Amino acid sequence: MKRETAIWALVLILGVVALIGRAAFTETGMGREYVRAVPVPETGATQYETSTYGAYLQATAADQTQTEYQFSLARTVGLWVAAFFTLAVFSFLYGDNPAYKIAEGVLVGVSAAYWMVVGFWTVLVPNLLAKISPSVAQGWATPGLSGPEAEQDLWYLVPLILGVMLLWRLLPKGPWIARWPLAFIIGTTAGLRLIAFLHGDFLAQIRNTIVPLAVIDGGGFDFWLSLQNLLLVAGVLCGLVYFFFSVEHKGVVGKVANVGIWVLMITFGASFGYTVMGRIALLATRLEFLLDDWLWLIDPVQRRSADVALMLVGWF
Amino acid sequence: MNVVEFLTHQWWLLVVVVLSVWPLFAQFRSLGTEKVLRTLDRRWIFLLMFWAVLLPIYYIGVTGDTFPEVPSVLSEATFDEIERLNEGDPVLLSFDFDPASGGELIPMATAFTRHVAEKKLKMYFMALWPVGPQMIDESIERVIRSDFPELVYGQDYVNLGFKSGNEGVIKVIVTNFRELYTTDSYGTAVEKIPMMEGIDNIQRMRLIINVSAGYAGTKEWVQYAVTPYPALRLVAGVTGVQAPLFYPYIPRQLHGMLGAIKGAAEYEKLVIDKYGGANPDPKYLEALRRMGPQLVAHLLIIGLIVVANVLYFAEKRRGATR
Repeated sequence: MKRETAIWALVLILGVVALIGRAAFTETGMGREYVRAVPVPETGATQYETSTYGAYLQATAADQTQTEYQFSLARTVGLWVAAFFTLAVFSFLYGDNPAYKIAEGVLVGVSAAYWMVVGFWTVLVPNLLAKISPSVAQGWATPGLSGPEAEQDLWYLVPLILGVMLLWRLLPKGPWIARWPLAFIIGTTAGLRLIAFLHGDFLAQIRNTIVPLAVIDGGGFDFWLSLQNLLLVAGVLCGLVYFFFSVEHKGVVGKVANVGIWVLMITFGASFGYTVMGRIALLATRLEFLLDDWLWLIDPVQRRSADVALMLVGWF
Repeated sequence: MNVVEFLTHQWWLLVVVVLSVWPLFAQFRSLGTEKVLRTLDRRWIFLLMFWAVLLPIYYIGVTGDTFPEVPSVLSEATFDEIERLNEGDPVLLSFDFDPASGGELIPMATAFTRHVAEKKLKMYFMALWPVGPQMIDESIERVIRSDFPELVYGQDYVNLGFKSGNEGVIKVIVTNFRELYTTDSYGTAVEKIPMMEGIDNIQRMRLIINVSAGYAGTKEWVQYAVTPYPALRLVAGVTGVQAPLFYPYIPRQLHGMLGAIKGAAEYEKLVIDKYGGANPDPKYLEALRRMGPQLVAHLLIIGLIVVANVLYFAEKRRGATR
């Protein structure tokens, strides 16, 4: 056995032993989910709401025989699966491995199935079926459909036909038929976006750059706002000069273009900084999940009990 | 509990950290600093980043301490946009994100919902993302049902749910709400919801609050709602990746913005200062707690950039000397 494999095997064994010890042989344990059973009078069924270990402890202390707050095996399994996949994805940072491959495959498969179901229930049913045959949709999928919206609108047969034409490309004969609805989609999207970008970005951004370079506010000269506006206008102009290739970037034009590069670099730096901040926040969320929801090592929102953290301190 | 007490109690954690990076120290001792740094395996950087994020989370989780936060002009502008509204004013909250961005955006959604509830504004929740309704339900559960039980569904707040069509949805509801929204998220006809009376388009809203993780989101709200109808007011809480792209819209097309977890933490601070009381509920401090790992991780990144640059210039100078 290679030394590296032996070290990793040891780390994994220690990890599993620590998990078993923590889950089975400590007072608080770890990684359990609880629910609150709420009866629904209209249907006679029971609805299970997410609850906490703290609420379960309180309810049990008040009444040993209570059944309102319960341990949920299904949600606990879900929690452990989530923890496994989190660790499996993290393991890719060390190197590609079967656990990561499993996590990747499950993510892709579940996402594809999820989007198919979402597409069916949020696009096809309300936007097509409910328009062409409201009574069917009402009885089967959207019982709340009523009023003028529940009237049949046969104009929606047009998108249905276009949809069928789009799927025609899957057939061996006549794939050109799919080009017609595709042309319609591209044309309408381009038209919609063109107006929005011209109005919301191009024209509005020109307007947003027309600002006073000397700001007189409340009777006095506002130095900092004036400087801010000056930098804004100068930055835009220098950036534009950098992208103006009809004149060779020499002399004054070259120097202004160089300033434009600096403006662009500062923009990219700010963008990178923000991205780093976002990614660290995502990492922090996953680690919080592992420490709080799974391992019960911390309890920042006091879901288990106010003194869990102190108990843990004592335990270690 | 101060830092020293924490370290005394959590000695085992220090042992684990030291053991995990011991091989790196051993390399430094045997090969020399410069050689190790020049050929540093990137997995050591991953490990250092792991500890830089985990240790502050653990410290904050055990002690309950958070780092001080000073609100910026943009966060204050966002806060003021809600503050200037009067009780009963209609506000549209569009939660256009999913759990993948929850780390940054759920604290914003929570703080927005709480602020709007404290102001007793009428809340119209909607989503341009399919998972948005679940995010809305979570905010309603976490904030309204638990801390504002007096608010009544259908009279004080409503979850209109998700509609497919991205920017197309905005384009339609900005002039005709009923064209798309015939029922709420639970299938109740909008005619039967009291607070929907008189809401024929979103121009009736005194403010649009958008929590956005990408397309469709803040950019589309700016392009299809605020730009053609300048009387509409929009504030947004956005992910760090998007934030720099929206600065050009401020202040004419976007009247306030919370950028990434930093913006969320600043806004949380403003809401807590005004409404939180002396001992705020920890669920309203989520972003403030996450600023701890941000600080340490950023220090690590800055340190690594400085070290890499020092090495680069040292090598360059050596090359020039030769």
